[in-house]
Amino acid sequence: MPVPDVFELARNGERRALGRLLTLVERGGVNGDKVAEISHPIAGSSHVVGLTGAPGAGKSTITGRLAAAAGLASESGVGVVAIDPSSPITGGAILGDRIRMDEVIDREGTFVRSMATRGSSGGLALAVPGAIRVLDAVGYDPVIIETVGVGQVEVDIAGTADTTIVVVTPGWGDAVQANKAGLLEVADIFVVNKAERPGASDARRDLELMLDLGAHPDPNKPTWRAPILMTTATDGSGIDELWDQVVAHRSWLTETGELLGRRQNRDRFEMLGRVDELLGGLGRKRAESEQGLALLADVQSRKLSPTAAAAELLADLLES
Amino acid sequence: MSTESTTTDVAAQPDGEPLRVILAKLGLDGHDRGLKVVARMLRDAGVEVIYLGIRQTTATIINAAEQEDADAIGLSMHNAGHLTLAPRMVEAVKEAGLDIPVIVGGIIPDDDVIELQNKGIAAVLGPGASTDDVVAAVRTSISN
Ligand SMILES: Nc1nc2c(ncn2[C@@H]2O[C@H](COP(=O)(O)OP(=O)(O)O)[C@@H](O)[C@H]2O)c(=O)[nH]1
Ligand SMILES: [Mg+2]
Repeated sequence: MPVPDVFELARNGERRALGRLLTLVERGGVNGDKVAEISHPIAGSSHVVGLTGAPGAGKSTITGRLAAAAGLASESGVGVVAIDPSSPITGGAILGDRIRMDEVIDREGTFVRSMATRGSSGGLALAVPGAIRVLDAVGYDPVIIETVGVGQVEVDIAGTADTTIVVVTPGWGDAVQANKAGLLEVADIFVVNKAERPGASDARRDLELMLDLGAHPDPNKPTWRAPILMTTATDGSGIDELWDQVVAHRSWLTETGELLGRRQNRDRFEMLGRVDELLGGLGRKRAESEQGLALLADVQSRKLSPTAAAAELLADLLES
Repeated sequence: MSTESTTTDVAAQPDGEPLRVILAKLGLDGHDRGLKVVARMLRDAGVEVIYLGIRQTTATIINAAEQEDADAIGLSMHNAGHLTLAPRMVEAVKEAGLDIPVIVGGIIPDDDVIELQNKGIAAVLGPGASTDDVVAAVRTSISN
């Protein structure tokens, strides 16, 4: 079946077709490009919510609850993409987010897709922007993305989502870690999950303190101070308040024009990323050609510098 | 350019793409140790395991299989229910219009193995199955 037909089925609510589209996005290539080509013009209206935080913080449980709360407020169904790391050695993965969500979500109204990072260095699978685009295009709103919280990822997700939620838990260190990882800048909403545990209010105070210290409001720009919410995701307490804040943030984004700015930035980054990818692919292909191998031999015999060789390989592109 | 000439088969499983396999336990019985062992085996063989864990129903598994575009369903069975539950899963897969194999792992008597195979179970793996056995069963079931 051609991609446009699969897409039509997915738009008509056929889940299996949507599942297949997401597979095509993950695989990339001709079919993946086709999916992007069809979905891009009609995407862009869904609210993209990102969740990040350390493993075990409760992100999947919160995502499931949040999807349920969002589902009550939305008629379009909630899309979820949950990302777990691939093993760098075997490429395999155990995708265990769904198990937490299935316990709490409304199955009819929610579409959950698990994704492995598949060799992308951050915790965001390369296919994530494409997956968001498809879910958006077939009508899911909001789209919630759960990412593995390691290193750079928190910042990556902030470049991908309209609203970024950072999840921490009680106990010494989380808030400090959050600060170090540069989360204060990227978080639109903080959640202290497992709030029934001792130390929850300390975690909250730590975050507040750091927000105070880090705040340098630019009087010429609209500012949003990230609220701190307390949740116990396992029993659902605090989730309605969290959803209210997500909605409030969305309104703020729209009213201030920030939403447009963030999305334009996102499009720019994605296009530049694709440029890198295409040029890199072309360059590597040329490097294998007769001319490329001759240039390599010159570099190895020290007749030519690596830079000069690379420039010659791409001379036709670099001229203008 | 026509769609046909620029589009490769959307149903094909290209070489080098990781398999996506759902692992679950049907029914009410309780522990997931065996299932976790199999999950790690498959991961170490390069498979993307969608881990659903215990106390699943045919409906939750079908729902996951559709959304995850799974290549196979792996069921762990450790009670006497395998003769009813596993064929029911095969039926549910057919009813949903899915074309993916159902593989069963567990302590299954030989006679029952034959009956399960007759009822459409693609492969049955005993507790002594090695990683290679498990992976080979998944791969041959999918390509059949
Ligand atoms: N005590 C407690 N446990 C929680 C809470 N939220 C999640 N958990 C548990 O924490 C563990 C990890 O949760 P999960 O959602 O998978 O975390 P993730 O790795 O961040 O996605 C699970 O056993 C959850 O049941 C909570 O609010 N309180
Ligand atoms: Mg998780």
